[in-house]
Amino acid sequence: MLAQQIVNGVVVGATYALFALGFTLMFGVLRVVNLTYGFYFSAGAFIALYFMTTGGLSVWVALPAAALTVGALSVVLDQLLLTRSRRTDASEMSSLMITLGATLLLYSLATAWLGADIRRMPAGLLGVASGFGGVRFTGIQIVILGTSALIVWGLFALLRWTKLGIAIRALAENSDAATLMGINTRLTFAIVSFVSGLLGATAGVLVGMNYNGVQPYMGETMILKGFAVIILGGLGDVRGAVVAGVFVGLLETLVAAYAASSLREAVAFLALVLVLWVRPSGLFGVSEARRA
Amino acid sequence: MEFLADFAFVYQSLIYAVGINGLLALSVYVSLSAGQLSLGQAGFMAIGAYSSALLSLKYDAFFPLALAMGMLIPALFAALISIPTLRLSGVYLALTTIGVGELVRVFFVNLDSAGGALGLSGIPEKGSFALIYGCLFIVLFGMFAFARSKFGRAIEAMREDETAAGTMGINFPRYRLAVLVVSAAIAGLAGGLNAHVSSFIGPAEYGFDLAVSILSFALLGGISNPLGPVLGAIVLTILPEVLRPIHDYRLAVNGAVIVIVMIFCPEGVFAWRIRRTGAAV
Repeated sequence: MLAQQIVNGVVVGATYALFALGFTLMFGVLRVVNLTYGFYFSAGAFIALYFMTTGGLSVWVALPAAALTVGALSVVLDQLLLTRSRRTDASEMSSLMITLGATLLLYSLATAWLGADIRRMPAGLLGVASGFGGVRFTGIQIVILGTSALIVWGLFALLRWTKLGIAIRALAENSDAATLMGINTRLTFAIVSFVSGLLGATAGVLVGMNYNGVQPYMGETMILKGFAVIILGGLGDVRGAVVAGVFVGLLETLVAAYAASSLREAVAFLALVLVLWVRPSGLFGVSEARRA
Repeated sequence: MEFLADFAFVYQSLIYAVGINGLLALSVYVSLSAGQLSLGQAGFMAIGAYSSALLSLKYDAFFPLALAMGMLIPALFAALISIPTLRLSGVYLALTTIGVGELVRVFFVNLDSAGGALGLSGIPEKGSFALIYGCLFIVLFGMFAFARSKFGRAIEAMREDETAAGTMGINFPRYRLAVLVVSAAIAGLAGGLNAHVSSFIGPAEYGFDLAVSILSFALLGGISNPLGPVLGAIVLTILPEVLRPIHDYRLAVNGAVIVIVMIFCPEGVFAWRIRRTGAAV
């Protein structure tokens, strides 16, 4: 029973980790809080659903296709909305405000167009369950764990070993110095936007499959949790985001199973407030006098 | 006069909403004017609404007392949460207050003695036009008076440049705490008034959407003087009513307005600065 709950919790946590990774990357490198990120989550799920139902594609094609489409959307929206505010000093605040408005606009358009009803994924999607010593994995859970592990590993490898990864880390560290070293700032920003959109959309498709429901506002609940996760992990910290994501998913599932299911929604925020109380720079943050 | 009476009857709830949103805009203005972006106003409003409504419903409390408690309890709560949040600033503070707001909402969803997810209904409709706009006027007047004072200037200095203000001897933690508490009390007042004119409140009303709307009032109007947020609230409350014919896209228009204003006019639409009395120009 406990082992099964841990498995379920880790699966939920994997989707949180994937979502938070793109969010924190956006913050750490682009230096903006982009709230439209939650919309990419919903958009990914809807586009994948469209490819599967209307387009008749299999999940294996629909998932990457949706992720790539949303990645491109993310680049376009980032350019449209944030180019101007990135030039000013207070870009964190003004980006937060601009993207707040954009989020309202995007969600309202999506709801007006698609309706607020919950839509189901095609029947029989990866529905095979397999067991290992009393613990059951559904096909979807295995796909979630596999995809997340692959993407997290791929992103870490990219950041660690490639020239692009070094450029990204340099930009996160000090964008002025990075520009002076000859890094193409605009291109690197665009690539980071693309990767973030990709991660958000993938998380959306996986969560849509895990709960078998897709709805325009699903990204809004997710982004609230995403905030909690990325602050817990420390803003801009990719390793922190993964650990905090799995931690929150696990904690939520265990609280729902052994304490009260109504508390599930509060777990992430409670953990956030309690952690900030004792460690103002997040669980894994290096201590600073003040976070700004 | 008959026309006015008809108008007041048809648009009564809109007129109330404009006043209440004006108060909410001022509550977020208080924290923004000190350079602190709080997205927890919806939570403070919920606490004010629930505490005053419960006092009215369960204990049949004297209405001004219920309203006063609707201000005091969120203020105390704000003082309590300031223990972890005073050390945070900028985006950290904004994101953490979102978390606090969500916690409050989930608390009320689970509070069975306050109707849980269904909310409270049958709250006596004791609020009135005069009361709401009276409160709005008093708060607005108080802020103008405050902005001209030494403390108002200190807070403005804090917003513009923390380091410079600090060297001038401004005590940040005390000002921050005061700002948070006052802002929570005003949001609580708006909540109490709203509960007593709409007769129903439910936890779903006080979600992240509301926090965002409140912030958008202040941003549209600009935060260089207290009148800006109120004008922003008026515009953004009335706009959806004017746009009723395209009802599906009403919020989309609100969103578009916020985006365009924030990109091209980051200081807000109604931006001008109050001069300090006796200050040399």
